[in-house]
Amino acid sequence: MNDTLQKPIDTKVIKELLDQNDSARIRMWLSICSRCGLCAESCFFYLAKNKDPKLSPAYKVRATLDELYRRKGEVDREFLDKCYNIIWGQCTACKRCSLFCPFGIDIATMITTMRGICNSQGVVPEGLARTSDNYRNTGNQMGMSTEDFVDTCSWMAEETAEEIRGLKIPIDKQGARIMYTVNAREPMYYPQDIAMAAQIFTVAEEDWTMPSTGWDCTNLAMFAGDKALAGQIVKNMYQKALELGVQAIVITECGHAYRSALFEGPYLAGYRDGKPPVPIIHSVRIFYEYLRDGRIRIDPDKMLKEPVTYQDACNISRNGGLWKEGREIMKYIAKDFRDMEPNSEYNHCCGGGGGFIPMGAEFKKRRMESGRIKAEQIRMTGAKTIIVPCHNCFDQIKDLNKEYNLGVKVVSFKEVITEAMIIPEKFKPVEIDDEDDAQD
Amino acid sequence: MNELYDFLSGPALWAAFIVFVIGLVVRVAYLFGVSKELDRVFYNHVDLRWALRSIIHWLVPLGSVSMRAQPLFSIAFFVFHICLFGVPLFLLAHNTLWQEAFGIRIPAMPDFLADILTVVFIVAAIILLVRRVVRPEVRILTTAWDYFLILLTSAPFLTGFLAYHQLGPYKLMLILHILFSEILLVLIPFSKLGHIILFFPSRAFIGFEMGSRRGVRTW
Repeated sequence: MNDTLQKPIDTKVIKELLDQNDSARIRMWLSICSRCGLCAESCFFYLAKNKDPKLSPAYKVRATLDELYRRKGEVDREFLDKCYNIIWGQCTACKRCSLFCPFGIDIATMITTMRGICNSQGVVPEGLARTSDNYRNTGNQMGMSTEDFVDTCSWMAEETAEEIRGLKIPIDKQGARIMYTVNAREPMYYPQDIAMAAQIFTVAEEDWTMPSTGWDCTNLAMFAGDKALAGQIVKNMYQKALELGVQAIVITECGHAYRSALFEGPYLAGYRDGKPPVPIIHSVRIFYEYLRDGRIRIDPDKMLKEPVTYQDACNISRNGGLWKEGREIMKYIAKDFRDMEPNSEYNHCCGGGGGFIPMGAEFKKRRMESGRIKAEQIRMTGAKTIIVPCHNCFDQIKDLNKEYNLGVKVVSFKEVITEAMIIPEKFKPVEIDDEDDAQD
Repeated sequence: MNELYDFLSGPALWAAFIVFVIGLVVRVAYLFGVSKELDRVFYNHVDLRWALRSIIHWLVPLGSVSMRAQPLFSIAFFVFHICLFGVPLFLLAHNTLWQEAFGIRIPAMPDFLADILTVVFIVAAIILLVRRVVRPEVRILTTAWDYFLILLTSAPFLTGFLAYHQLGPYKLMLILHILFSEILLVLIPFSKLGHIILFFPSRAFIGFEMGSRRGVRTW
């Protein structure tokens, strides 16, 4: 937690925020919850900790936002400390409980509201606060400069052009069809992810570009409850897309970025109709379209032969509506696909969502404990490979793999597709040049 | 006692009905007023089909994954609501009152059926109550008010049953029957029981949010 924790609580600010958020929905939800407890069994935190009743979604709201409204914002540091533990450490805002509530109460929205209120008092995990500073200073969560980003892209383009002839990573290309945005982890730690996307776009003969600003599609401020900053982050991306005149923004294999760009971002950025100014397409969708339309073809000999399972990232499947597309891709790349149980829109969160991964070491232990449900789901499939189309799930499942000895290979769609796709003749590297060089 | 009976079955009953109806109307109108500015997300994604699917799947017994996971509770819950709605409305004795008060007759159920349904209701109420106590995740959420409301909701059934069968002091049972019913009617608009109306917008919203925006089933 932050040093600011020692500052006194500003109940005036809390009251203002309570008023601002006092929507008909929240009033209705808090007043009609009939305490039936059906939400409990939907929550992986509850299931993973031996059905501790304090981990039922209804209890978590009761102990935080509900109590705050009942006390009209007159609370002390001790209360916010209790909330800190619940709203950051016991909920990933995965929205699964909403499907199990007889009234369809959107508990995740209330937890996020509570996060905003705690954030206003500096009661926010340090890891998340750090990303907020980075977004503010550089527009991306890792604090990377534009120069470094562009350099990384051209470095990847140079390296990859040896494998795919004519491969380029266009930056700020006016009028391209799509603008491809990434998670800041990619240029920072996994530049090969950008290279793989470039290979796929090149082979699919896509008219694409990457933007020099607004390229980080992640929005951890959304999970930190900082609405103003979260709005600014999506605005950066929308504005760049409008400037470049692209037809769509494509989101990398990242879950919450899609939730931000398509569903919550428009509201955060102040679009009253709730629609983004530019269509938003997730990688899972566009990869599926390439395969379906034959723009990318898979070498049957290179299909995955060992059993494969699929992680339905909450913000891609349940909160993104793309579970069918994920399974369609499987038909092209995997010979033995095995679904987890439950799956699709009912799938459990991996335990790394809602900002958990960037919250860092402080939350690692409980991340591993609550991840037991996901680990068991994976083990039950008997899969040797798990395809994970989300960065946060990716980190979490890699950690679970070690913690629970799952012995699975954790990969993204990009990785599998680039390894198995057929490279058409015109994109194959010309080898004669090398021989000439050798003779010199 | 006769004076009390006349008061409860006359002016007090009218007052209770008026508070019930006006209270619900005001509550809904108030929420509607608030929603216009703060709940644009509700109106932006309206889709009647998703709203209906979201509502109907939770009105049908075992119509959702969640209810199927706890079948005993879900059936008790369903029976509880059906009887709570159906018995008072279609009871023959009440039908006479409807005619006196509003000049309308609706189909009435035979007394033996009402009798059976009353017993069924009480059994369902007991199941719900016991579940509240024995399941830790429900117990921890339950307040004294929740226990009070479920007992209050059952009280008119119990007293009505006793009065009909002339068990115990008839007049007293009848008075208690009317009194509990009136308290219940008055409390509905101002408590969680407001869900008799708010169930619909609440379910419609999640239908819009998950269904019309994402194609996700919420049942």
